[in-house]
Amino acid sequence: MSAPSQTELSEVTRDDASLRRFLHGLPGVDQVGVEQRAATLGTRSIKKASKMWAIDTAISMVDLTTLEGADTPGKVRTLAAKARRPDPEYADVPHVGAVCVYPDMVATAVAGVGDSGVGVASVATAFPSGRSNRAVKLADTAMAVEAGATEIDMVIDRGAFLSGRYGQVYDEIVAIKAACGGAHLKVILETGELSTYDNVRRASWLALLAGGDFIKTSTGKVSPAATLPVTHVMLQAVRDWRDRTGELRGVKPAGGIRTTKDAIRYLVAVHEVAGEEWLTPTLFRFGASSLLNDLLMQRRTQLEGHYSGPDYVTVD
Amino acid sequence: MSDRISVAKTYKLYIGGAFPRSESGRSYPVNDSRGGFLANAAQGSRKDARDAVGAARKAFPGWSGATAYNRGQVLYRVAELLEGRREQFVAEVAASEGTKRGESIVDAAIDRWVWYAGWTDKIASVFGAANPVAGPYFSFTVPEPTGVVAVLAPQASSLLGLVSVVAPIIAAGNTCVVVASQDRPLPAITLSEVLATSDVPGGVVNVLTGRTAEIAPWLAAHADVNALDLTGAPEAIRADLERAAAGTVKRLVRGGRGEPDWAREPDVSRMRAVLESKTVWHPMGV
Repeated sequence: MSAPSQTELSEVTRDDASLRRFLHGLPGVDQVGVEQRAATLGTRSIKKASKMWAIDTAISMVDLTTLEGADTPGKVRTLAAKARRPDPEYADVPHVGAVCVYPDMVATAVAGVGDSGVGVASVATAFPSGRSNRAVKLADTAMAVEAGATEIDMVIDRGAFLSGRYGQVYDEIVAIKAACGGAHLKVILETGELSTYDNVRRASWLALLAGGDFIKTSTGKVSPAATLPVTHVMLQAVRDWRDRTGELRGVKPAGGIRTTKDAIRYLVAVHEVAGEEWLTPTLFRFGASSLLNDLLMQRRTQLEGHYSGPDYVTVD
Repeated sequence: MSDRISVAKTYKLYIGGAFPRSESGRSYPVNDSRGGFLANAAQGSRKDARDAVGAARKAFPGWSGATAYNRGQVLYRVAELLEGRREQFVAEVAASEGTKRGESIVDAAIDRWVWYAGWTDKIASVFGAANPVAGPYFSFTVPEPTGVVAVLAPQASSLLGLVSVVAPIIAAGNTCVVVASQDRPLPAITLSEVLATSDVPGGVVNVLTGRTAEIAPWLAAHADVNALDLTGAPEAIRADLERAAAGTVKRLVRGGRGEPDWAREPDVSRMRAVLESKTVWHPMGV
């Protein structure tokens, strides 16, 4: 990639035209290449001690999520308890990265996680569609931040992005970032609606330029959600961002990651595409709910020498 | 007739309604009773066993939730298909077991299947009860299937024995993972082909072929298996299997030393072994 320096990056965001010029000047994604590489890395075999390490690392990266219309304070409390202590029978299991809830449940979640170190992430900005005006989105964000959310998961306006109004998307992310205050901002690209890898790359850069701390694949409400090739493209974006600016930004695949095997494939991709520095919960997260149980069952299988079952982990 | 070269078969496993190769990629030759080559069978591994248990668990809510009448129909339909494959079963049983009584064995196996098919809608009334209690309550006892049953199929009786252990389990509403007779797996494989084309939902019966002593310990210790049928367990590891099964408090179907005479009239004991009794107290309206 012809790398403009950091000063040029600030030029890029000066107006709509320069933003468009920059984003469309990004090299195209080799679709066959990235899918093949994702598939090849997916076959790598991780066993024994490495697998144990991967399982524990993956547990610490889980954003334990409940985003249902039927969420109740009780459900959020049990989720928070599970986030603090995923497997009550094994004290050495790390706590998860965060719990992820709707803004009105943030206060309950904050009380639930207490001082355990588990973050509270809240979706905001008219999640999941993002179809509302800026004032409502900002109010949504402010509400979550005031309730104590430490991380905000915003959705971009895909309609604006797809019709080429990059400046509008950029401004919105900047405005939300400002409204976040000290909270981390994760920008959901909803890659399932972006159609092409080129668009994923452009949206990733747009979110990074606007100051997103994390770029996140999907809301989990649209199929396809996270896929390995899409995550590859996003990991390349944060790696290239680091190479240009020296800043480390995170990636969060969300939706459709249900098994330990899947999670380990993602960790391999993180290691190979971005680098070892990203193998930490501050820079890589999984948005998932059922994944945690599978990780815990696999962990028990490793420790106890026989296969475990869903009767031995909590139902959520 | 010209000297055509026969097509040697390499069979696969039956898991979740599909026929996958063993995850391990292994297979082993199956010989007839005089040592002549019959076919290759897949040599299942512990991961195949794990996949099969997962498939059985997934199929359990649907199968156990189906009405008894429906289960009976589905099983009866299997008997019809067994009838259609009669010739093949006779040939395989004769070759595997080295017996001339192949026809009568297959007849007995089909009859046994029908016998158990008829039991599905009688289980509730025979094993359940409306209990007389001293108080203003109704008290009912209802039989419910145990869950996922791991079956070590009889080693000697490759069809009649197999049917005699599998049919009661699924008639009672359980799902199962069957480890076929190690040296005589062909009738079990053909039975799985019959099941795949019948109305039995995928995953209700899963058939693994391979070394019983290799797969059995993983099934015995698997926490998501609710019961273990030791009928075809090798004597040498029987005690170890019982001990492993105790770790997760599985129901055991022990079977005695050596194989029973499968030709004898069956009774309800094999169904009773994989049924749980649920008793419900309900206040009576005054």
